[in-house]
Amino acid sequence: MTGLLNRTEAAPQHGDDPQSELEVAAVKSTWTREANALPPAGAEPRRSTATIRVVDVIRLIGSASAAIGLTSWLYFFALPLEGELGFTLISYGLFLLLFGTLTAFDENRPTVRDRLASVVMHSLAFLLLLALFSVVVYTVGRGLEPLGFLNFFTQDMSNAGPLDDLDRGGILHAVVGTLIMITIALILTIPLGILTAIFLTEYPSRFARFVRTIVEAMTALPSIVAGLFVYAIIVQFGLTRSGFAAACAITVMMLPIVVRSADVVLRLVPGNLKEAARALGASTWRTVWTVTMPTARSGLTTAVILGTARGIGETSPVLLTAGATTFFNFNPFSGPMTSLPLTTFTFVKSPELNFIARGFGTAAVLMVLVVVLFLIARAIGGRGPGQLSARQQRARTRASRDDDYRFRARDLGLTGSKQLALSSAPNSANRRARLWQRPAPSESRPEDAASPIAYEKD
Amino acid sequence: MALQSEVALSEGPTDYPRTLSTKVDRPDAAFRWVARSGGTIVVTVMTLVGLFLLIRGFEAIQAAGPNFITEQAWDPNSGNFGIAAVFMGTLFIALTAIFFALPLSFGTALYISEYAPQKIKPLLITTVDLMAAIPSIVYGLWGFFFLSPLVLPVSRWLTTYIGPWFPPFSVQGFDPDDPLATLTVFSASTFIAGIVVALMVAPITSSIMREVFQQAPLGEREGALALGATKWGMISSVVLPFGRGGIIGGTMLGLGRSLGETIAVFLIISPVFVIQPRILEKGANSISALIALRYNEASGFEISALMAAGLALFIVTLIVNFGASTIIARSRSGSESD
Repeated sequence: MTGLLNRTEAAPQHGDDPQSELEVAAVKSTWTREANALPPAGAEPRRSTATIRVVDVIRLIGSASAAIGLTSWLYFFALPLEGELGFTLISYGLFLLLFGTLTAFDENRPTVRDRLASVVMHSLAFLLLLALFSVVVYTVGRGLEPLGFLNFFTQDMSNAGPLDDLDRGGILHAVVGTLIMITIALILTIPLGILTAIFLTEYPSRFARFVRTIVEAMTALPSIVAGLFVYAIIVQFGLTRSGFAAACAITVMMLPIVVRSADVVLRLVPGNLKEAARALGASTWRTVWTVTMPTARSGLTTAVILGTARGIGETSPVLLTAGATTFFNFNPFSGPMTSLPLTTFTFVKSPELNFIARGFGTAAVLMVLVVVLFLIARAIGGRGPGQLSARQQRARTRASRDDDYRFRARDLGLTGSKQLALSSAPNSANRRARLWQRPAPSESRPEDAASPIAYEKD
Repeated sequence: MALQSEVALSEGPTDYPRTLSTKVDRPDAAFRWVARSGGTIVVTVMTLVGLFLLIRGFEAIQAAGPNFITEQAWDPNSGNFGIAAVFMGTLFIALTAIFFALPLSFGTALYISEYAPQKIKPLLITTVDLMAAIPSIVYGLWGFFFLSPLVLPVSRWLTTYIGPWFPPFSVQGFDPDDPLATLTVFSASTFIAGIVVALMVAPITSSIMREVFQQAPLGEREGALALGATKWGMISSVVLPFGRGGIIGGTMLGLGRSLGETIAVFLIISPVFVIQPRILEKGANSISALIALRYNEASGFEISALMAAGLALFIVTLIVNFGASTIIARSRSGSESD
């Protein structure tokens, strides 16, 4: 705005006599907005579009240092306080106070509120991430000690007594148990969960709404209640604890999560894809099988993996239904079976330091497993349904082009070797021929050169 | 005349409304049946959970009568049992957890949706969701071995300086003037369990709030900023009222999740069977910790009592979650979210 004013002020008034051509040129450039014209002198200063204000950073650093200093004085000289956590809390409180006061020296009230709110939100987010970081680092750090022993991964605990060192005993039985349980749970959950999700999306009705409400309510089922339910069945029918029962309890925990995530993903499949399939004459199940599910494949995989990650980490259903063991048990239908979280739980309840160390090692293994699964799920399901990665896009383009050639060849009545030559070979052969300086197939076979199909030179 | 006959012809029986029907061929009918049966199985399994608990727990409820709700002790073998103590303990732990989780998740959600740089937003969202995926036993270990010693001096400070005016912060059997007093009286308390459960619940609550905040309409945001509001002014006048349903609903979902948390609570607390509102003091309880503690040596009747307690927990969790879903669905943002 100021620049415009400058320009109009610099414009020559009527009747002014330009004294030289230079002045005319100068006047001209202030009239016209040429692409390369420089802004006239006295134009508005360039504004800073940075999101962080320097004056705020100065205030932050100042109040932080002052708060730490003041708290140190309070802690070591003035008051009988102790504890690191108290130090942190008091210094944070003083920091907020000082920052607010410092800002209030120069700014008005809404601005002070805004800066304080910004600082508070930043620190709350930082606190949560710090807590996560602390959990992960502490568990893995304390669990590194038993992980250094190879027997930790290759033996079970049947030969290790309570006083044995870390070079005896391992958690292989827990790993095997977890694998067996989660495999059975997945065999039960995947068909049932995806089928229910398909039912919810393909057949909306009052019953479907009821099912959806029940499923959403069940996502928050306490895990101990799921274990208790299977335990009640065991007790009712006189069965014994087994890995299969634990797998059933894990299924009850996993099903609502898988159904809800799969439902969300299936609903995101574009409606015009499904309608196009129906318009071409496909029945409902064929549409689902060939269009809906492949489109949502990455999202469905993500839903299953997220449910698996949750199911692997559950302790209480397994605690109630499978019991803890120290030996291998490969039969899920008879005998108790342990899993990774349950083994962790059993280990840390013991007063022996070695067992607690083993417990941390198991917890570290479990956490790494869950984090890896979660990151795989994120990597697979990063895109929405129907969106392809670059590699998938290239593969699709190639496949479409091959189909196009095939159809055109069929329409023209070309069959046999010519059709083979016209199918997936042409472009790659031409490309390879170009690379290795050999004549292209169309050049070695002149009858193909006469064909009306144009080979694309890419 | 010709017109009259034309009019007479057009009033024929060809103008009645047709009944529309879909002719479903056999593969489609079979698929429809299969899909419906999938949904039916899931609903059946879910209702069976409640039903089985009711059937197995009914014996104990019948034996205890209305004392089931008011009795604090838990001794089913002598007929003297009730969920008053364990249920209130569960409630205290859940309320402490929500007290810590609400500001944490609110701040994180607001930070991610409003203040975070665009490049690190997906990373932050993934990190917070990762926090929700970490098994609860890991949190229990961290809470017991790492957090507990850190919190003891804070508990002592709270008891000494705020305890006299705020009864829930008072601790029996602790004399602040005694120089030889140990801190073990603060160790296995509701406070510590509440902090750990808060960390487990905060990511879920934060995700819901963040999704709701991100849906606040851009036009209203820009309008507030154009009228000269600061960023916080824009947030408090546009984003927060829009996201009110999400905040409340997310908090209630977190409350429901914290009511049912088992293993972390079990590892941290030492169980007592009285209503213990003094959250800094050693001794707490929760229904799920009770079940995990007592199921092993339980006789038939005691198992029935545990089932009844589990049923009570299940019903309360269901009510809280239904309330949360309703609030989210009816809010201004819920009509657009999943």
